[in-house]
Amino acid sequence: MRRGSGKSPQRRLALPIAAVALLALAGCAGDAPSTLNPAGYGARRVEGLWWLLFWISVAVFVEVMALLAWALLRRRGPRTRVRHGDPTRFVAVAGAGLPLVLLVTVYGFGLRDLAALGDQPDQPAVTVEVTGHKWWWEVRYAGSAGATANELHVPVGEPVRVRLRTADVLHSFWVPQLMPKTDLIAGRVNETWLRAEKPGRYRGQCAEYCGLQHAHMALQVVAEPRGDFDAWLARLSSDAPAPRTEAERRGLTVFERSACAACHTVRGTSANGTAGPELTTVGSRWSLGAGTLPNDRGHLGGWIVDAQNSKPGNAMPPQPVPAADLPDLIDFLQSLK
Amino acid sequence: MSAVAERRPDAEPESVHRLTEHWGEAPTLRSWFSTVDHKRIGRRYLVTAAVFFTLAGISALALRAQLARPEARLLSPQEYNQLFTMHGTAMIFLFATPMLFGFGNFLLPLMLGSRDMAFPRLNAFGYWVFLFAGVVMWASLPAGAAPNGGWFAYVPLTEREHTPGAHLDVYTLGLLFLGISTTAGAINFIVTALKLRAPGMSLNRVPLFVWAMVATSFMVLFALPALNLANALLFLDRRFGTHFYDPGAGGSVLLWQHLFWIFGHPDVYIIVLPALGIVSAIVPTFSRRGIAAYPLVVLSLVAIAIISFGVWVHHMFATGLPQLSLSFFSAASTVITIPSGIQMFAWLATMLLGRVVLRVPLLFVIGFIVTFVIGGVTGAMFAITAFDRQVTDSYFVVAHFHYVLFGGAVFPILAGLYYWLPKFTGRLFSERLARWAFWLILVGMNVTFFPMHLSGLLGMPRRVYTYPAGLDWDPWMALSTVGSYLLAVGLLLVLVGIGHALRRGPVAPADPWGGDTLEWTTASPPRPYNFAVVPEVFSLHPGWDERTRASIADGATGERILADGRRTPLTSELDGRYERPAEMPEQSVRPLLAAVGLLVAVVALLFGWYPVAGAGALLLAVTLAAWLWPALPGATEARVAR
Repeated sequence: MRRGSGKSPQRRLALPIAAVALLALAGCAGDAPSTLNPAGYGARRVEGLWWLLFWISVAVFVEVMALLAWALLRRRGPRTRVRHGDPTRFVAVAGAGLPLVLLVTVYGFGLRDLAALGDQPDQPAVTVEVTGHKWWWEVRYAGSAGATANELHVPVGEPVRVRLRTADVLHSFWVPQLMPKTDLIAGRVNETWLRAEKPGRYRGQCAEYCGLQHAHMALQVVAEPRGDFDAWLARLSSDAPAPRTEAERRGLTVFERSACAACHTVRGTSANGTAGPELTTVGSRWSLGAGTLPNDRGHLGGWIVDAQNSKPGNAMPPQPVPAADLPDLIDFLQSLK
Repeated sequence: MSAVAERRPDAEPESVHRLTEHWGEAPTLRSWFSTVDHKRIGRRYLVTAAVFFTLAGISALALRAQLARPEARLLSPQEYNQLFTMHGTAMIFLFATPMLFGFGNFLLPLMLGSRDMAFPRLNAFGYWVFLFAGVVMWASLPAGAAPNGGWFAYVPLTEREHTPGAHLDVYTLGLLFLGISTTAGAINFIVTALKLRAPGMSLNRVPLFVWAMVATSFMVLFALPALNLANALLFLDRRFGTHFYDPGAGGSVLLWQHLFWIFGHPDVYIIVLPALGIVSAIVPTFSRRGIAAYPLVVLSLVAIAIISFGVWVHHMFATGLPQLSLSFFSAASTVITIPSGIQMFAWLATMLLGRVVLRVPLLFVIGFIVTFVIGGVTGAMFAITAFDRQVTDSYFVVAHFHYVLFGGAVFPILAGLYYWLPKFTGRLFSERLARWAFWLILVGMNVTFFPMHLSGLLGMPRRVYTYPAGLDWDPWMALSTVGSYLLAVGLLLVLVGIGHALRRGPVAPADPWGGDTLEWTTASPPRPYNFAVVPEVFSLHPGWDERTRASIADGATGERILADGRRTPLTSELDGRYERPAEMPEQSVRPLLAAVGLLVAVVALLFGWYPVAGAGALLLAVTLAAWLWPALPGATEARVAR
């Protein structure tokens, strides 16, 4: 029994080394919204902080494991003589003195980064109004009449102010690759800001438990060059394009006459419901149901007929759309770009 | 035969006979309901908490099965949300604290050289209330009405508008009910430790486990009122339409968070401190020397108890509070790691100077050190606001607090379970089986929770019932699930080992490990009166101290035999000087009746049967009146407190 467990401390030392390897792997992996693969100012600051904290943690862990290993390897057996001295000074220095120095240092770096995250730009290039709903994100832009859902577009390299409020319960706005989270608090407006440093599409997700479909409340931030962003915003601010095909025209009629229009708005048509997300640009969005399904023809049809199947408990009841009308309705919705 | 009798060849059989007469409990059904013996109550706490641990663990296995693959449909979101809420709520409230209170109940009088807790009937009442509260909360799960707002139940999600049904009423009423038990237990521990120590046990000779229980108990008394208030207000909001948390009517949702975390952060230490106390009891025994830097360790326990009330806002770093206040709470949260550091190095120093004997309890302590250090360093990370805001509410925080709570509480609890199993049951256990359990638990625990750090850093939020494929989360989630089932096998082996010890284990001697505290100087399991002669304590290590051992062996002085009735010595708070004998109360069913009255009231409130609730309250009031009615002189526990 003594031989077997004598080896174990060395084996445990392998843990931090393995951890470094794993984390390096995690950092450069492809599709994860990884905090270690930052693409925005806030996330990059925090990534730097993380590696500082990580290496200090490894050092502390190794120190404790080394002392433990020494005790287990060198202080056992009948020939070991118990020493009865009083190690109060050792305990005070190793347990309080050294940690205090480390912690004060880390706290200093932490304050620096806290201040950096909090420094709101005086003149944000864009202000986005985000409202949390169970379970989707309503997104509006200051100065624009339109609204979209679960998708933010931002110009690369420019500071963007995000004003956060909630229509119901608490949510938390988190885009790990761009910036740390800020909660959406009922009865308050919280502000945060972000600056994307690389063009790309970044996944975000609600990070405060908000009930049944907390798992399906994702969003996407599209960081794009200024020209593309301006074009996108202009499109968001204008009415839906008129139907171009017969099928789309029939689809619009179905939309306006069925229950759809009671809950959804499509600007430029008579549909002006406000219970659900505005659909004026639904055809261009990255997903259906806040990250529940890909936004393609098949899934769109399934979502309309029974959104409760893929996202049980969401506010949209199953729709009794006649099978003959469904393809037209899908054509129409997909034309809303 | 009892070791006390062996060690005391000159013991008067006459006084032992009288002690048995006064303290013994007949093995009848009535006595099962009326017992006030702290050892029976302590064992009941341990067994009941272990049952709740098993239920909460099985819930976690169901969660892990659901999360093994992306887009799984094993559990519905309703089921998942109730299971994860019950897992957390039960582990915190129905397992960790009651389990450690079980250790405290069984061990405090034995470590202090007393014959019972200060308020034995209050102790029995506390157990029944805990049992009933736990049963009410778990019973809601098969009914589909279990709490589903997460263990911290943030408003407004938990208001009636967003969560109708019984779910959160079970939570608020269940926790208010349970809080009565916890508060009663805390008061009992404090008074026992201050007034019922053996003569000679001045404060600087009090075992560290007792110090930890006392510090914890003071924290309970100051922290629980905030939780009770939060829950009472939420119940009023939900049931009677008040607006405490309704911002539309001038209420505040952050009020809940402040109240909850003023309780919630100290509660982490309410769980961890007694566990650290267990570690401080085990390390010296298996290092063959006293604990290093005893005064520093005591100061650390007290410092944690105080500082932990100044860190609650680090659970709210993302709520948009002003930066200046964040930086204060960040500083306090940073500082609180230092007392834990002191204790860590005190244990290491003890082992480095002593002669390490690697028996099973120490093995689990080593598991504790390895995992708790990881939980500790990630804990310090969460004190840094900017980093906290990136990883809070992600799987990183799930990893962190499982390292703290599994590492910092479950490992010490298992260490303590093995260490005191001979004392609890009078049986020795199979060390081979226990070593298998240890390695499975250590590996299983790390394979379950270490990958969660990565899932969190990869951007995965916590409390999601499913997740999409293709985000690099799948392999880590699958690995965590594998680990959790390994861990379950390890824990099952612990259970098997205990069952084996109870059925087949060799009879345990009084002191199988060579321990330094008083519980090892009496029989395993101890007689109902604990000590035939109450010891006189001459050092911090009475079990290793010849004079203290002699004080039990010769049994000369009459004032420490106290065989004329149910008596135990009262001593002074600081110096432990003998004052006078205290009369201890006898068995009674009133604690059970009072708890039943409360149970009726709580269940009736839950269903809105207000007249029935009134009847329950009446039963409680009548029972309490009978309980507290002044008895004949010399037979009331009130004298203990005087």
